[in-house]
Amino acid sequence: MRAPVRVRIIGLGNTFGGDDAVGVLAARRLSRLVAGEAEVVEAEMAGFELLDLMQGVETVVLIDAARTGQPAGTIHRLDASTTPVATPLFAHSTHALNAVEALELARALGRLPGRVLVYGIEVEELGAGRPLSQAVGTALEHVVRQVLADVEATRDA
Amino acid sequence: MEQTPEQPNGERTIRVDMIARVEGEGALHVKVHNAEIRDVQLRIFEPPRFFEAFLVGRRYDEVPDIVARICGICPVAYQMSAVHALEQAFGMHVGGTLRELRRLLYCGEWIESHALHLFMLQAPDFLGYESAIAMARDHAAIVTRGLRLKKAGNRLIALLGGRSVHPVSVAVGGFSRVPRRTELADLRDDLLWARDAALETVRWVSGFEFPDFAQDYTFVALQPPDEYPFNEGPLASNRGLAIPPVRFEEHVQETQVPYSNALHCTLAGSPYLVGPLARLALNYDRLSPLARQALAETRLPLPLRNPFQGIVARAIEMLYAADEALRLIERYEPPADPAVPVPVGAGTGMACTEAPRGILYHRYRVSAEGVIQEAKIVPPTSQNQRRIEDDLRAFLPRVLARTDPEAALECEKVIRCYDPCISCATHFLRLNVEREEMTGGMGASRPSRP
Repeated sequence: MRAPVRVRIIGLGNTFGGDDAVGVLAARRLSRLVAGEAEVVEAEMAGFELLDLMQGVETVVLIDAARTGQPAGTIHRLDASTTPVATPLFAHSTHALNAVEALELARALGRLPGRVLVYGIEVEELGAGRPLSQAVGTALEHVVRQVLADVEATRDA
Repeated sequence: MEQTPEQPNGERTIRVDMIARVEGEGALHVKVHNAEIRDVQLRIFEPPRFFEAFLVGRRYDEVPDIVARICGICPVAYQMSAVHALEQAFGMHVGGTLRELRRLLYCGEWIESHALHLFMLQAPDFLGYESAIAMARDHAAIVTRGLRLKKAGNRLIALLGGRSVHPVSVAVGGFSRVPRRTELADLRDDLLWARDAALETVRWVSGFEFPDFAQDYTFVALQPPDEYPFNEGPLASNRGLAIPPVRFEEHVQETQVPYSNALHCTLAGSPYLVGPLARLALNYDRLSPLARQALAETRLPLPLRNPFQGIVARAIEMLYAADEALRLIERYEPPADPAVPVPVGAGTGMACTEAPRGILYHRYRVSAEGVIQEAKIVPPTSQNQRRIEDDLRAFLPRVLARTDPEAALECEKVIRCYDPCISCATHFLRLNVEREEMTGGMGASRPSRP
């Protein structure tokens, strides 16, 4: 019998919201690449559902669009396992609850997985039905490679 | 929050640059001259109508999927208003079990949306916490109850469609597939728990201390003859309005105000209130016996006219929705067809349904081929915006003696009473806040979320 999957990758966003789709699209790409090494969830517009989605695995990787005012395509990578995320990384989420709030709520309730990595990708184009902007498309590729490396590191750990 | 010290000329400006714990983002700007409130502006930033433009050129059967993405909280409401409006455009009506399934789906959305607002967004105000996260550290059981209630609602939505990519989904004419009886029966235990939890919640919130702040509202809600409203019914008010929803635009005026990107709505020139308080005021005799009894046990005088008691109205509606969902599941027999045939043709259709936050109006003009030519969406928060400002105007004198941060916090509490879904009213918001001239020291702006 195979060991249970230890890593879950969760992509957040709105696929009708231009760059806001980036987390979901990154997850979609990763689902074809991780090949049984991790579970991948496209959590379109998830809010509090995230609390449940984070249960039952050792490591969670969250990917979402970020809006902190830095140039589009900037990648934020945070290890939120033990330290609360103070940055208002996803201050303007259209989902019910942004990724950081969900994981801080999970932390307050003692329901946080052992390891939580958060990727935020700075976005610019949020118009309904628009494609990913170029900068964000490039960042998506970087994030996919980095997450694959994270998954690899977990396996070797 | 930013503050300016009182200026020599007696001017004082209270600003909340980002209102915490509301869906989406808005800002409040209040100008006070000596003890006189000069200006109250609830600001919402966004080029609106993104989605309305985006819908044009799409086929009618793509609409439910697209509008479900407008709001992360109430995708079902958007789908419901859309399919009812499109069915009206095609001159058809969906009744019987399909109609009941839509009601059931709406029950799920009310439960999840009301649980979110009640437990996560508004309860911290009454219990003295800055956020649900802070509240969770001391009141894990309460927060967990809220999350479980929300999940019970979400399960209903997941089963019957809503926004998730799922074999069953909402369609013009009905559904793409209807659930089996056993699929619905699986939800029964969850809903029985939810009903008990909602009843407990009514008792809990009705014991909160409410500021003495009853207002003289014009309540507007759907008022069907013999049921609590979800999908259908004439539009009614406590001031004599009684019209079919298709005449919404003849009575409601939308105006653009320079400081906000959301349109303001008025009824015969005056602000009005939509949402749980309005629905309850116009329909409390249509609640189920259990919900009616729970309301009576609160001993609060009806109709509830205090915006702070909106939390009680939400708890009552959550109880009603669980009760109604159980009733609908009990009597469910799958219909022969998941949808009735759609007689696609040129036309214009309008509909109002009761989103958790109040009336959601949609109008579509459709070509003979079923392609959307024009779309119009009026969300509940636009309709309440003027009323929120009026409430703030009435409320401000009682907090003016306090420091700006304290006064601003109290104003935020008033705004949160309405559960404003600012991301719906504007579809998306940007961060930029127009800076007024400042004199002297000012605080740093505070993130919208803790």
